[in-house]
Amino acid sequence: MSKREIDDHSGVETTGHEWDGIKELNHPLPKWWLYILYGSIIWSFGYWVAYPAWPTLNSYTHGILKNSDRARVTTEVAALKSARAPMFAKMQATPIEQVKSNEELFQFAQEAGKSTFNDNCATCHGAGGQGNKGFPSLVDDVWIWDGTYEGIRQTINFGIRSGHDQARISAMPAFGRDGMLDAGQAGDVTEYVMSLSKMADANAGKAARGAAVYAANCVVCHGATGAGDAAQGAPNLTDAEWLYGGSRADIAAQIHNGRGGVMPAWSAKLDAETVTALTVYVHSLGGGK
Amino acid sequence: MSDATLAVPLRLNGLGKPGQRIDVLIVSVICVLGLLWGISATALAHDLGMRVIAAIFTIAFAGGLFAISFAGSKGNLAIDEAVYLDGVIKAGVIAASFWGIVGMLVGVIIASQLAFPDFLYFKEFGFLNFGRLRPIHTSGVIFAFGGNVLIATSFYVVQRTSRARLFGGLLGSFVFWGYNLVIVTAATGYILGVTSGQEYAEPNWVVDIWLTIVWVAYLVVFLGTLWKRKEPHIYVANWFYLAFIVTIAILHLVNNLAVPTSPWSSKAYSLFSGVQNAMTQWWYGHNAVGFFLTAGFLGIMYYFVPKRAERPVYSYQLSIIHFWALIFTYMWAGPHHLHYTALPQWVQTLGMTFSIILWMPSWGGMINGLMTLSGAWDKLRTDPVLRMLVASIAFYGMSTFEGPAMSIRAVNSLSHYTDWTIGHVHSGALGWVGMVSFGALYCLTPWLWKRKRLYSEKLVEAHFWLSTIGILFYITSMWVSGIMQGLMWRAYNEFGFLQYSFVESVKAMKPYYIIRATGGLMFMAGACVMAYNLWRTAKGDVAASEPITEAQEA
Amino acid sequence: MLLKNHGIFERHSLILTLGIVLVVSIGGLIEIAPMFKIESTIEEVDGVRPYTPLELVGRNVYVREGCYTCHSQMIRSLRDEVERYGHYSLAAESMYDHPFQWGSKRTGPDLARVGGKYSDAWQVDHLADPRSVVPESVMPPYEFLKHKVVSADHIGDHLMANVRVGVPYTQGAIDSAAADLMAQADPMADSSGLQSRYGGKVNARDFDGDAAKVTEMDALVAYLQVLGTMVDFTTYKPETADNLR
Ligand code: HEC
Ligand code: HEC
Ligand code: HEC
Ligand code: HEM
Ligand code: HEM
Ligand SMILES: [Ca+2]
Ligand SMILES: [Ca+2]
Ligand SMILES: [Cu+2]
Repeated sequence: MSKREIDDHSGVETTGHEWDGIKELNHPLPKWWLYILYGSIIWSFGYWVAYPAWPTLNSYTHGILKNSDRARVTTEVAALKSARAPMFAKMQATPIEQVKSNEELFQFAQEAGKSTFNDNCATCHGAGGQGNKGFPSLVDDVWIWDGTYEGIRQTINFGIRSGHDQARISAMPAFGRDGMLDAGQAGDVTEYVMSLSKMADANAGKAARGAAVYAANCVVCHGATGAGDAAQGAPNLTDAEWLYGGSRADIAAQIHNGRGGVMPAWSAKLDAETVTALTVYVHSLGGGK
Repeated sequence: MSDATLAVPLRLNGLGKPGQRIDVLIVSVICVLGLLWGISATALAHDLGMRVIAAIFTIAFAGGLFAISFAGSKGNLAIDEAVYLDGVIKAGVIAASFWGIVGMLVGVIIASQLAFPDFLYFKEFGFLNFGRLRPIHTSGVIFAFGGNVLIATSFYVVQRTSRARLFGGLLGSFVFWGYNLVIVTAATGYILGVTSGQEYAEPNWVVDIWLTIVWVAYLVVFLGTLWKRKEPHIYVANWFYLAFIVTIAILHLVNNLAVPTSPWSSKAYSLFSGVQNAMTQWWYGHNAVGFFLTAGFLGIMYYFVPKRAERPVYSYQLSIIHFWALIFTYMWAGPHHLHYTALPQWVQTLGMTFSIILWMPSWGGMINGLMTLSGAWDKLRTDPVLRMLVASIAFYGMSTFEGPAMSIRAVNSLSHYTDWTIGHVHSGALGWVGMVSFGALYCLTPWLWKRKRLYSEKLVEAHFWLSTIGILFYITSMWVSGIMQGLMWRAYNEFGFLQYSFVESVKAMKPYYIIRATGGLMFMAGACVMAYNLWRTAKGDVAASEPITEAQEA
Repeated sequence: MLLKNHGIFERHSLILTLGIVLVVSIGGLIEIAPMFKIESTIEEVDGVRPYTPLELVGRNVYVREGCYTCHSQMIRSLRDEVERYGHYSLAAESMYDHPFQWGSKRTGPDLARVGGKYSDAWQVDHLADPRSVVPESVMPPYEFLKHKVVSADHIGDHLMANVRVGVPYTQGAIDSAAADLMAQADPMADSSGLQSRYGGKVNARDFDGDAAKVTEMDALVAYLQVLGTMVDFTTYKPETADNLR
């Protein structure tokens, strides 16, 4: 053991130990350090008295403030709701077609609608509602189902093929997969559908043969002219607007598989006022009817 | 009577004659048993992950047995109590440099994936997806890089400050190789999708058991060396190392309790679930920070800073008080990772208050480190290694100030789940853990390879600036992006509706992710410069432009 | 006191070790042990059930792919989170989660209540190629899950292991695990057994758009679609003292 000695730089005594040449001084604890340490402990005691803190046998100390995050957030959400309530009430009381002409109400509905749309609908329908393959655009005036206010409200509330009792349902058969059409017929009707939308590369010979296939299988839903039937959610095939894409392969794939998209039902997740606002918002995006 | 006087009668030094050495026996038995298990598990494995992991174990144990018999036949297993055991420490320095670069490279890759989301993604296989690479990064830098630095430095420091050769003969090498086997098997598992799904505890149950065995050996080696020390007192660095080893053992055992679906399956279900699992996980996770990334590295600081500065440690009292306060308080702070969650609020309160109390015990280490330099501040101008060490202490101080601030519930309601946490992590991880390790490696390499000086101090200088600027890029961009995320998520417009969708916040992060990736790249470049410098130093080279001067001689 | 007598720790490595063990044990004991004892820790709710075999396989895919590195499954009791994601998460909702997947980083949105929010087809499109549906997304593509066929070989072992850690699967559930696994994703199968074991609300259908195969995509989507849908909030009383804890 080496002896205690005075360090020449600080004038403080060493502890007298040495390890591999390392010695130790014994400066007192810095005052500010101690004070902050004590301060933090005292503050903690205060906090423990005020808030839930220490476990007991089958419970815990609740603290004199009886604070609960869960109670607080419930109140906060309720407060927010009641702050919005007057405007929502006004909106609900106004016939939905007239919301648009009341500037104040309309702006409110737009803000409410947009906020909800962006986190819940934009994932499928795209930011701004421009749509995606398999998920219809909401900014154009092409409607598969019903583009009126009440139609849109119904779609949002109950969805399409969502499994909800009141959902819109319809199903295009999988003509190819289920063997209802053979490959030749399916190819022909594909060309016919292409010709309905006046696509330049449609093969005229095949399309002519396809017309018969179409008449036999498709007219019930898509109509004799191919204009579609909103009641059945059967899209218009003459407008060159495509849900599942407009290439030959895309059209053939739909005839083969008969895909039917699912739009979830929101009535259980969103309250009625929010759905009204969303309806106004969606209607205003493009060609609401 | 002190341990040192006890040690001699107990004859713990000798471990018996060569040929009947108990350490060789223990390691050989472990390897044989491991080999038997490995062969059966490779054959019977239920899944690819288990099969590959078992095969790696098999090869490693066979290699271990071969190495032992080879070294035995050459007479290389003999123990010379008169000299320190340094071979395994050299290996540790090399492994640390290697894993450091690997871990940081993966960090740069995942940072780039967030900035440019098609980078290294393949639709048809998921090995390189973010979710699998991120655990490789965290385990790679913390456990592979940090762990090897800790093992190497602790072996070095405990021998020097105890004036005793490392206890346990072959066990020292066993710890090093066994630990690196943990790393290789864990990382291979992650790539193949084998994980236990809890942050920082991702190795699966087989690797967990192996780590337990290795860790017990580590504790035996470390305690054994303390036991046979010739210094009457245990040096403060060793208190911290010991606390690190003991506590990590406890944390690891509790948090990884799990039931495998079969002895031959890589999948196990954790014993705890839901809220209790969350509690044990963050008790573990926070104290992985507290004991792996803090206590262990404080051990490094307490040796390398006074040694390099050639000044006595500032305050013995402070060492005592802050040591016990630190290890006591850290263990309570875990719930600050779970504020406002389904964890009962009373535990959140305890987590928050103890995190605030933790501020000063943490800063005790900073004060002791920085004040040790009083009387030697001028050396900072001439010694870039010392500057690295000092900068690390400054970052330590910064992140242990930021941490308690983020533990305050109101602050955490904003920062949690955002990049702010990531910024905090990396100011601690790059600034403190990274830089203090670099400093220690720069010290160790010339000492171990018996070189007069480093190959190039100019390169150390370059490394210092690359790291410092890299860190600044990293943490400032994460502060901005983190606070922005937090604010965007809670922003309401004047009508009382949420203003931004989640995706808008994702979009807004892009520039910051690019800056972060750039900073990370610089930091990694610095580590490569270091590796080059250390390699040339070990070879005995001296940069032509930097002739040896009197002052630089160690 | 400590300062005067500290020599004892510095001279005896075992006493130092013991001291450390003692000092570090206290915090954990006081915070963790009561979690298992205090009854209000896990709320009493109706509806939370163990995962079906298919959902369990999906959950294992979720863990394996490290989704938790980007997604949380924990809606905090904060106003904006409740508005964005729905009712704050209850402890009861993850009581059968071994391990829990609350997460710590939201690179992507919270998933605690994503069940039923989107259609299966969207989930499949999105998982296979996230940027094809959400151009701003930074999520990796998981197309390969569509091609990995799920094997029912060891599914019984998985349920057994869950039973050992406390999940109340019945013997019947374990015996029919393999059949239930396949039935849930097969639109042609009779799912009455599945429903008798896991309740009538259980989603049984082809999830990935390929009815011929049960793939990891089926399993993962089945898991995502059940997240946050189990608790019956019509019978849950959020305002009782126990539930406000
Ligand atoms: C899971 C994806 C998804 C989400 C989320 C979604 N939708 Fe849809 N939505 C669809 C699909 C698919 C269709 C088309 C269904 C079909 O093929 O007929 C659709 C159709 C619609 C239609 C009818 C379009 C028409 O042409 O008739 C409206 C209106 C609509 N969605 C509004 C919304 C609103 C508002 C929200 C949010 C509250 C929303 N959607 C969320 C998938 C989604
Ligand atoms: C039972 C009703 C029904 C019949 C019969 C039917 N369809 Fe459809 N079709 C639909 C519905 C409904 C959709 C929209 C699916 C959706 O919204 O997801 C659709 C969609 C399509 C589309 C995709 C339109 C787009 O915008 O992408 C094409 C092409 C199509 N049908 C062609 C045909 C052809 C050709 C036939 C006959 C061989 C046929 N359909 C018969 C109901 C029918
Ligand atoms: C690199 C980070 C990352 C990883 C890993 C990741 N995701 Fe995502 N995830 C995102 C981001 C960002 C979004 C938001 C943008 C979008 O919708 O794609 C998202 C969105 C989602 C959504 C839509 C949630 C909603 O409410 O809109 C689901 C579901 C999802 N991810 C599931 C998963 C699953 C399952 C995995 C693992 C197999 C996974 N994610 C892995 C980043 C990630
Ligand atoms: C080259 C330097 C590095 C880069 C580019 C880098 C990058 C990253 C990235 C991109 C993430 C994921 C963040 C997210 O999920 O949003 C991450 C996480 C992490 N990194 Fe690094 N990293 C680097 C170095 C380090 C080092 C040296 C350490 C530790 C010693 C470290 C420890 C961690 C930890 C602990 C996390 C997880 C954080 C959390 O879960 O909150 N990193 N890193
Ligand atoms: C007094 C000391 C410290 C306190 C009180 C503290 C506190 C915190 C807090 C509050 C968080 C955020 C938790 C969340 O919201 O999810 C956090 C995260 C983290 N901190 Fe610290 N910190 C301290 C020191 C450090 C140091 C020195 C390091 C690293 C060397 C570090 C590494 C980390 C890591 C890795 C995480 C991320 C955990 C995760 O979510 O994966 N901390 N810390
Ligand atoms: Ca583990
Ligand atoms: Ca399927
Ligand atoms: Cu922490």
